[in-house]
Amino acid sequence: MELRKQHESNISPEVPDEWFVPKPKDRNEAEAVVRPSLSYWQDSWRRLLKNKLAMGGLVFLVLLVFMAIIGPLLSPHTLDQELTRQNLPPSSEYWFGTDELGRDVFTRTWHGARVSLFVGAAAALIDFIIGVIYGGIAGYKGGRTDNLMMRIVEILYGLPYLLVVILLMVVLGPGLSTIIVALSVTGWIGMARIVRGQVLQIKNYEFVLASKTFGTKTGRILRKNLLPNTMGPIIVQLTLTVPTAIFAEAFLSFLGLGIQPPHTSWGMMANDGLSTILSGYWWRLFFPAFFISATMFAFNVLGDGLQDALDPKLRR
Amino acid sequence: MKKVLEVKDLYVSFTTYGGEVKAVRGVSFALNKGETLAIVGESGCGKSVTSQSIMGLIPTPPGKITGGEILFKGRDLTKLKEPELRKIRGADISMIFQDPMTALNPTMTVDEQIIEGIIQHEKLSRLEAKQKTIDILHLVGIPGPESRLKQYPHQFSGGMRQRIVIAMALVCEPEVLIADEPTTALDVTIQAQILELFKAIQEKTGVSIILITHDLGVVAQVADRIAVMYAGKIVEAGNRRDIFYKPQHPYTKGLLNSVPRLDREEAELISIAGSPPDLFSPPIGCPFAARCDYAMEVCDRVYPFKTIMNREHHVDCWLQDERAKRLLAVK
Amino acid sequence: MNTYIIKRLTAMVVTLWLIVTLTFFLMHSLPGSPFNQERTTSEAVQKNLEAFYHLDEPLLVQYGSYLKSLLTLDFGPSIKNSSQDVNDMLGRGFPISFELGLWTLLVAITSGIILGVVASLRHNGIIDYLAMTIAVVGISVPNFVMATLLIQQLAVKWPIFPVATWSSSMHMVLPILALATGPMAIIARLTRTSMLEVLTQDYIRTAKAKGLSPFKIVVKHALRNALLPVVTVLGTLAASILTGTFVIEKIFAIPGMGKYFVDSISNRDYPVIMGTTVFYSTILIVMLFLVDLMYGILDPRIKLHKKEGK
Repeated sequence: MELRKQHESNISPEVPDEWFVPKPKDRNEAEAVVRPSLSYWQDSWRRLLKNKLAMGGLVFLVLLVFMAIIGPLLSPHTLDQELTRQNLPPSSEYWFGTDELGRDVFTRTWHGARVSLFVGAAAALIDFIIGVIYGGIAGYKGGRTDNLMMRIVEILYGLPYLLVVILLMVVLGPGLSTIIVALSVTGWIGMARIVRGQVLQIKNYEFVLASKTFGTKTGRILRKNLLPNTMGPIIVQLTLTVPTAIFAEAFLSFLGLGIQPPHTSWGMMANDGLSTILSGYWWRLFFPAFFISATMFAFNVLGDGLQDALDPKLRR
Repeated sequence: MKKVLEVKDLYVSFTTYGGEVKAVRGVSFALNKGETLAIVGESGCGKSVTSQSIMGLIPTPPGKITGGEILFKGRDLTKLKEPELRKIRGADISMIFQDPMTALNPTMTVDEQIIEGIIQHEKLSRLEAKQKTIDILHLVGIPGPESRLKQYPHQFSGGMRQRIVIAMALVCEPEVLIADEPTTALDVTIQAQILELFKAIQEKTGVSIILITHDLGVVAQVADRIAVMYAGKIVEAGNRRDIFYKPQHPYTKGLLNSVPRLDREEAELISIAGSPPDLFSPPIGCPFAARCDYAMEVCDRVYPFKTIMNREHHVDCWLQDERAKRLLAVK
Repeated sequence: MNTYIIKRLTAMVVTLWLIVTLTFFLMHSLPGSPFNQERTTSEAVQKNLEAFYHLDEPLLVQYGSYLKSLLTLDFGPSIKNSSQDVNDMLGRGFPISFELGLWTLLVAITSGIILGVVASLRHNGIIDYLAMTIAVVGISVPNFVMATLLIQQLAVKWPIFPVATWSSSMHMVLPILALATGPMAIIARLTRTSMLEVLTQDYIRTAKAKGLSPFKIVVKHALRNALLPVVTVLGTLAASILTGTFVIEKIFAIPGMGKYFVDSISNRDYPVIMGTTVFYSTILIVMLFLVDLMYGILDPRIKLHKKEGK
């Protein structure tokens, strides 16, 4: 009540008179941007760095590639058979043990890593190229072209993926290159759909319409505007394509349709190891199975992390 | 006049990555029976947060009511447990949200969405609840509601959907209705219809309405009293006449100048330059000082005291101080 | 509605025809006849065999008669095992594989949804992290590894469950678990993401404003909307379960269709490969169709007859 009375006289004695002078004008203060602005990629990278699980996945994959390159050189043993040393458990001599032909599992694991990673990378690259071109054209042209192209995709989508791959492997015969061909025949469809969807959505954004009205050429629009903006979902899809391909290779090798000896892959090693697991030679299944699972895991968490990091909606 | 709801010195904060956002900083107001109180302000000024605090709908975490009271029927809503609040929500206080396109569940029929509210709060059979639903849909002006009960939200137009949302909010005869930007997402002609509907319903049911909006045109049509919010504080409040004809706060004046008016000669619209302060670290002085044409040294240093103009009209501004008036006179 | 169904049925027939044709010509493009491998058969015997299987006729004629026999649901005889038809094999193998697949699907869907919903309701809590760790592990571990682990732990080390063959419900537990882990993990993740999205929607806030209990909000308002995206992947999941049965049936020695298929691959038994491929494809295509229909029923916004390509 005391306070109110003072107000009614409209003088606040606590506040000195000399403060009642006009404030110097500095309008910029109100407009000043408080936090530093980051570019899309910088911001995404910053957020990915914060995601420990995803970074763990990334580190694992980098190490894996490194080991695939130099791993076989680290062990004194080669891929050669040493029939006197069959099914030895892991030891200081044979770090991952040996198999029934006396081959060093450690050396074989990294040879297998080469094959698995190569299959994954090649499948992802081919999917990327075909998918982006096909989806990009369908989405950008729109109308009848789009309709026709998507009809084809829809029919192909109805084909059971692994069945087609199996069928092709039966016909083409097993081998590394046939695996990649077989995986690519249907693998690009998912990518094409995503790219088309993104392009369709972004095509109608104001900023793309704006550059169109300025008379920018179609190719330039695609390169400058559409591709950077569709990159996020494409990267995420790629991180999921790689493990799918690795898994498919393992699956095919497991059915005896994959890589043929003397080459090796994790799937093949797992298949060999499977039959001996009950004899107690656990290391023969454990190491390939562990690396398949860990690689899939690493790609999955990295893919999740990228999805979160690249999502513009989640920017803070 | 009887007070239905009273908010006293309410503080609400959100914990985010960047730190604590003080969204509402000491808001007080009372709502009388049968009146419409409009809370006006730019987006981000804390008006929606205030209304959601009343409903206990602040997502916790990250949000938290850090101080103050919300008095309703002799109880402090900020102290109530969730099950108690649930009995009040929809029955005594209900709420309408901005976008009628998304406020209704797309996979549920309209009647089910209204009936579930009735059954939650009243001991009625399904048949009685259905009759009540038809009655309320009549009241909000849905033509031939009997035939539309089994339809889904997407089969209604935007205006009709907002009527359904209003019906849903009113079906348990609440004492307080909080409408958060109820007309913003609608066409202008539909806006007018919905505002008419608010008036008609208020006459019939005597419900008290808190209208949250940034649109002074809407306010002019329906509000009895107006509270102007800026940066988490109510900077000026008063009855409609006072706010529109005797605005005191430079921010209120700025808002009024940015609305097109037909009853004035000078048709020029003036926007307020700049943007509201960052609520991570709100200024200690008047938050509007940085954008204010009349800002003085004092405005940056001390938050202005409340000046009472009349029983309902009060303002937080240093310009009310005699010394400032002298300064202006010199100018 | 009807025009949409007719359109979809036509597309299904086209896809099927494509598969049949592709399979047929791929199989027949292989060099040499399937009997060449067995050196013991004399020239005359081989001629006879080729005549029996109509392999001496022009390719197009063979193609025509294969299509014709498919229309009467006759998949022809096996080459390696001339005593039985492909139909016999399917008749014996399919019920077993169907049982395995169906149980797997049920287990995967129910446990996946429960895991996903619980995780979403405890967003960023311990249960959420736990559930999602289970899910990512479930996606990362190939089913043949899972199967071996289960056998080693629950059949050999602690002989709780019997394995090999398909004779009792106890025999079914481990194969179903091994096969269900992957799809369960996928459903759990999808359910969680979609629940988290739905829970921020305005209509959930409306439901809260009505004073509904959290249980009612989740079950009546959130779940149905959250499950829509889950429904869309059921077709793909069914496909992965189906191919999974090849491996699982091989490991657990279950006499299902997958085992015949895998055997026919290693034996290069072309009619069996063709027959099973066509049969599998039909099932999958029908599944995809049913999933689309289900989606249309669950989401009232989708007018099936208006739907034009996705």
